[in-house]
Amino acid sequence: MSPIDFDIAHMLAGLLVLISFLELYQDRLYALLNVYAAHALVLALSVAWQAFIQDAPHLYVTAVIALVFKAAVIPVALHRIIVRLGIHRGIEKVVSIGMTMLAGMGLVALSLVVMLRVTQQAGRLAQEDLAFALSVVLLGLLMMVTRRNAVGQVVGFMSLENGLVLAATGAKGMPLVVEISVAFSILIAFIVIGIFLFRIRERFDTVDVQVMDSFRGEHR
Amino acid sequence: MTLAVILICAAFLLALAPFALVTRPVQVASRLIYGASLAVSVASLAASLAHLLAAAPAETIALPLGIPWLGAHFRLDALSGFFLIVVDLGAIGASLFALGHGLHETAPERVLPFYPAFLTGMTCVVLADDAFTFLLSWEFMSLTSWALVMAHHRVPENVRAGFIYLVMASFGTLCLLLGFGLLAGSDGHYTFAQMRAAHPSAAVGAMAMLLVLFGAGSKAGIVPLHVWLPLAHPAAPSHVSALMSGVMTKVAVYGFIRIVFELAGGPAWWWSIVVLTLAGVTTVMGVLYALMQHDLKRLLAYHTVENIGIVFIGLGLALAFKAYDMSFAAALAFTAALLHVLNHSLFKSLLFFGSGAVLAATGERDMEHLGGLIHRMPQTAFVFLVGCVAISALPPLNGFVSEWLTFQAILLSPQLPSWGLKLLVPAVGALLALSAALAAACFVKAYGVTFLGRPRTQAAKAAVEADSFSLAAMMLLAALCLVAGILPGLFIDAIAPASSALIGARMPAQSGLQWLSIIPIAASRSSYDGLLLFLFMIISGTLAASAIHRFASDRLRRAPAWDCGYPDPNPATQYSAMSFAQPIRRVFGSVVFQAREVAGMPPPGDTRPAWLKVELRDLIWDYLYAPLAATVGSAAERLNRLQFLTIRQFLTLVFGALVILLMVLAVWS
Repeated sequence: MSPIDFDIAHMLAGLLVLISFLELYQDRLYALLNVYAAHALVLALSVAWQAFIQDAPHLYVTAVIALVFKAAVIPVALHRIIVRLGIHRGIEKVVSIGMTMLAGMGLVALSLVVMLRVTQQAGRLAQEDLAFALSVVLLGLLMMVTRRNAVGQVVGFMSLENGLVLAATGAKGMPLVVEISVAFSILIAFIVIGIFLFRIRERFDTVDVQVMDSFRGEHR
Repeated sequence: MTLAVILICAAFLLALAPFALVTRPVQVASRLIYGASLAVSVASLAASLAHLLAAAPAETIALPLGIPWLGAHFRLDALSGFFLIVVDLGAIGASLFALGHGLHETAPERVLPFYPAFLTGMTCVVLADDAFTFLLSWEFMSLTSWALVMAHHRVPENVRAGFIYLVMASFGTLCLLLGFGLLAGSDGHYTFAQMRAAHPSAAVGAMAMLLVLFGAGSKAGIVPLHVWLPLAHPAAPSHVSALMSGVMTKVAVYGFIRIVFELAGGPAWWWSIVVLTLAGVTTVMGVLYALMQHDLKRLLAYHTVENIGIVFIGLGLALAFKAYDMSFAAALAFTAALLHVLNHSLFKSLLFFGSGAVLAATGERDMEHLGGLIHRMPQTAFVFLVGCVAISALPPLNGFVSEWLTFQAILLSPQLPSWGLKLLVPAVGALLALSAALAAACFVKAYGVTFLGRPRTQAAKAAVEADSFSLAAMMLLAALCLVAGILPGLFIDAIAPASSALIGARMPAQSGLQWLSIIPIAASRSSYDGLLLFLFMIISGTLAASAIHRFASDRLRRAPAWDCGYPDPNPATQYSAMSFAQPIRRVFGSVVFQAREVAGMPPPGDTRPAWLKVELRDLIWDYLYAPLAATVGSAAERLNRLQFLTIRQFLTLVFGALVILLMVLAVWS
């Protein structure tokens, strides 16, 4: 592998982590969706580059799926959902942005420490790739935990899944079936969540999970 | 070939289960299920006997069942052949008994489907040759027997018995699962063949031994894991009680032998100390519990605990001798244990059948409500007496032979180099002797109060003799008890291949000896001749009886001769089970059970009767299980709060756990 191949793969994966941080920072839903679209776009680029350097044409399919569904269909659909729900307010975060960013940095450091040490036998590219992928997964989880709005949690879930795809394509020899099934399960999850959002909204007049908690029968 | 026949028999039994649900009327279903189980068990017994007697080499079969690419492995060797015979003999007896007894069943639709499935489970445990098949069959056996325990689920104490059984069975399987996990190692060698070849390290072997001791021990009824056994065994229908007590506990013993003697590597010297201590305590505690019982079936269940203790004493001795390469002594102890397995399965099934016949005839399990049954059920009384003599380890029946062989092994213990064992083994021997004597006392009580004297209730007075199928089953087992008692050499020689496979040595061949006697070590040390003893007893008894009848009167007379100081004809004035046990309760019970007797005397002029109340405490339950249950309960109460978190709190919990685990990985590796 030539150094330039490695550098570009490395750069794209790093970019994905950087965009994850951008997602954490956004407190407007429109902006968040746009950043998510960028996240998916970078993922598609990264997968396509992996397909090129690994000489694995089936990965192009994955890249196209990521481009079409994640970078276009899902953000557009979420945009329309937001419009129809009529939520243009800012996202109330549970933890302040500064704290979230600090926690995010800690998570990236943790995943680098763990992954670089655990995957010592793997190739250098796979090693870096897995470390970045774990960072993206952890940042997605962090976003799900820190957002109060259900749409924000959905975006966190989607970017977490992007991390999984990055890990899967970085490792050589992952069958196409796995990637396609992961992609479809995410799509179905998205549809289900979208439907549920409307149902919830119909019933409770809000998609704020904090408010919804008070509707639960059991008392805490 | 033999293995295939036996597996087909097991599959056939499993396929039989649905027919119990569709066949009507119930009497026909009952005859069909038990008749077919009987026929299949006879076929299976014939196959395994043929395998064992021909000393055929081990057979293996791998079937594409269960986990893909792993499959189900089965193996028939000398040890599993021997235990198959135990299982099949018990199944034959129980099926024959149930052909008659099953008609008394009030809820046959809850018994019939599970009965053949239970037999399949036990057969498959004994044949399993990989950890997955073993555990699956083991759980299948536990669950089907649990369903049989819960057959009469409206009785509150049965529900409690079923719950405790389920908890203890889960604990046992968890221990076995962990034990197999250790033996399988990180590469996941789940077949026994790979485990045999693996030679685990000493630490792994020791851990696996302890786990299996707890896992199989909880099923077999080792104190202090015995709590479920006296509750669950009597709760089932009587023929199932016989199977659970006589056979299922033996399947647990098989599991212990298979794993500890074959898969866990060479034993360390201290293994036997653990096993022997637990076994000695089990033996004495089992018989003491039994003495305090007045419920006939529960008394028998506690005696199972005692006899399992005797089997484990033999196994512990075999481990001790094996650890010091005294293979001849180890073979003696091992043979004694296996012989006791067979013997106990015979006479315990017989006794449970007897109690089932009494239950069917009178509707009573409480001895205090029975009495005088020898006149109403003479044949049942006779075969029950044979069982009592056998379990009390009196010659010429089979119980004596195996306990005597165990004592022969104990007498070899001074040759052990370890001082700990030198001191422990005689102490265990003393416990064994004590328990043998107490067992005899206990069965004098059980037999005397149930069958002798005058009937204490109308139900006992109205009892009629058991049906012919039940009697045939009991007589078959009684005959086998006698055969195993007077011809033990045949059985010892049949065990020899199993002993050579697991211990690496065998007892000397006994069948060629003069007068069918057995000589375990050397003729100068000790020998036993059951046949001569039996003939002597028959001849002297006949001579004495004929002499008495010749020189006294040949007529049987009934007369109010000496009425023991109670001219009152009320049968309640007879010696009762409680009064019989009182001396022993005063000697042992005051410490072991914190027994207290409270006598109440009404004031003069009051016409109420005086009363005597005995309070017993089960210290093992109070100090081990009750605190454990309380801890689990309070922990569940605290953790209950976790059910009511919000979605985000759940997510945070998952996230936090993930981060903490990653941190552990980062710090550790």
